[in-house]
Amino acid sequence: MISLPERSAISRLSLAQLSNTLPRVAEPGLRRTPLYEQHAELGARLVPFAGWEMPVQYEGIREEHAAVRTHAGMFDVSHMGEVEVEGPGALAFLQRALSNDVAKVEVGGAQYSCLCNEDGGVLDDLFLYRLGGDRYLIVTNSANHEADLAWLGRWSRQLGDVAVRDVADRYAMLAVQGPHARDTVTRTLGIELPPRMRVATARIGNRPALICGTGYTGEDGVELLIDPEIAPAIWAELLDAGVVPCGLGGRDTLRLEVCFHLHGNDLTPERNPIEAGLGWCCAEETGFIGADAVARARREGTAETLVPFTIEGAGIPRQGNPVLAGGEEAGSVTSGTFSPSLEVGIGMAYVRTDLAEPGTAVEIDVRGKRRPARIASKPLYRKG
Amino acid sequence: MTLAEPTYPDDLLYHDQHDWARLDGDDHAVFGITWYAQDSLGEVVFYDPPEVGATISKDSSYAEVESVKAVSDVIAPMSGEIVEVNDALEDTPEKINGDPYGEGWLVRVKLSHPSEADQLLGAAEYRKLLENS
Repeated sequence: MISLPERSAISRLSLAQLSNTLPRVAEPGLRRTPLYEQHAELGARLVPFAGWEMPVQYEGIREEHAAVRTHAGMFDVSHMGEVEVEGPGALAFLQRALSNDVAKVEVGGAQYSCLCNEDGGVLDDLFLYRLGGDRYLIVTNSANHEADLAWLGRWSRQLGDVAVRDVADRYAMLAVQGPHARDTVTRTLGIELPPRMRVATARIGNRPALICGTGYTGEDGVELLIDPEIAPAIWAELLDAGVVPCGLGGRDTLRLEVCFHLHGNDLTPERNPIEAGLGWCCAEETGFIGADAVARARREGTAETLVPFTIEGAGIPRQGNPVLAGGEEAGSVTSGTFSPSLEVGIGMAYVRTDLAEPGTAVEIDVRGKRRPARIASKPLYRKG
Repeated sequence: MTLAEPTYPDDLLYHDQHDWARLDGDDHAVFGITWYAQDSLGEVVFYDPPEVGATISKDSSYAEVESVKAVSDVIAPMSGEIVEVNDALEDTPEKINGDPYGEGWLVRVKLSHPSEADQLLGAAEYRKLLENS
């Protein structure tokens, strides 16, 4: 066993996890975060992910998932990229580059946005933080970091008066999430935390750091951007304070339960923000790159729409599984997993827009077996 | 709950795709997955068994086990007909992790070619295979 069924398409993470059953020889060219030794010491299962050797789990995905829902967990997300944008032309440039209305972001504010191509296709989804009057920080998805940099660099040179700098090596990133995350971070590190959707500068370990009131789990918490040199010490302090180390496996189940998009799965350059349900972060009046296409999609509607769904009964949907309506193919699963909170198979899929209404019954073809499912509303998991 | 330490009982026969068979009389056997297989997979959350009466062939997939993040075929160590499946795993698939050679058994099979047992590995040979992989 431990061989993939040939017809199936499985999320990148599961392929990676399976590859962990192969001989444990370090793959050449994989990057390691400043916390690699800590992960190895804790016995983490390390897998290749977007060119990095990352922990997928420590004790187990279900336990780690539960820790974040009920207490506090921490994720090493140092593989994510950071890009600094600075200069008198920063705002004008970002209005062009990002889908949201960047003018609404005050100093110390945060905003979610899409990075679109001219056709309105989503190149990446990212958070923007305003650090100063004309100084911003963008956090990119690791798999897209280099391409984002090239894209942003090209447009910045065209518009002028703005510098785009790769500052990914300057930061380790630690996401501390869960109902007790804020309390524990405040107590352990002795710092004040910004409210939700805000960013603050602080000194952690006597080094400058950024604290962001954001996350990817649906729980309250913070994301810490810290000096890589002090990351092991901060990790150890939080561990001593009872924060549970969590891997990318739990990060994926947590985000899918609250229907946060994963670029590469639910968002691609072939899909626009409207069909992905991200019209709320697109301000076409700013004239961002791709705004015309996005405006057209909003006006005319889209053939398909991204929807969350729940399996009714047995079966776990996986990326690539066909969605069936009346026995006919009517869509495709982009993310699928077992939900540790709901204890059923859940997922997101692009389906024909006439099927997108919550409550609609469909079937998911899971490697040849038709599993009844129902289109749901977001989020799939609500704090009870 | 999982078994923390690798265990490979001496009374079982092993297939190199990480499955075991426990012979029962001349022409029956019980199949399951090994400690290594369940450890590689992680917490099992779903077991999709074959139908009773289905014919299965040595070296071919007869079932699937899934963890949160991964799905895996289960390979038949021998050929035959399914006479019983472990229904208890429908509600408690985690028994495949906690007790892979006991309550985590997967199917009981009437063997069509009992002599296939000769092609399987003993516990020592299987352990050696794992060490060399």
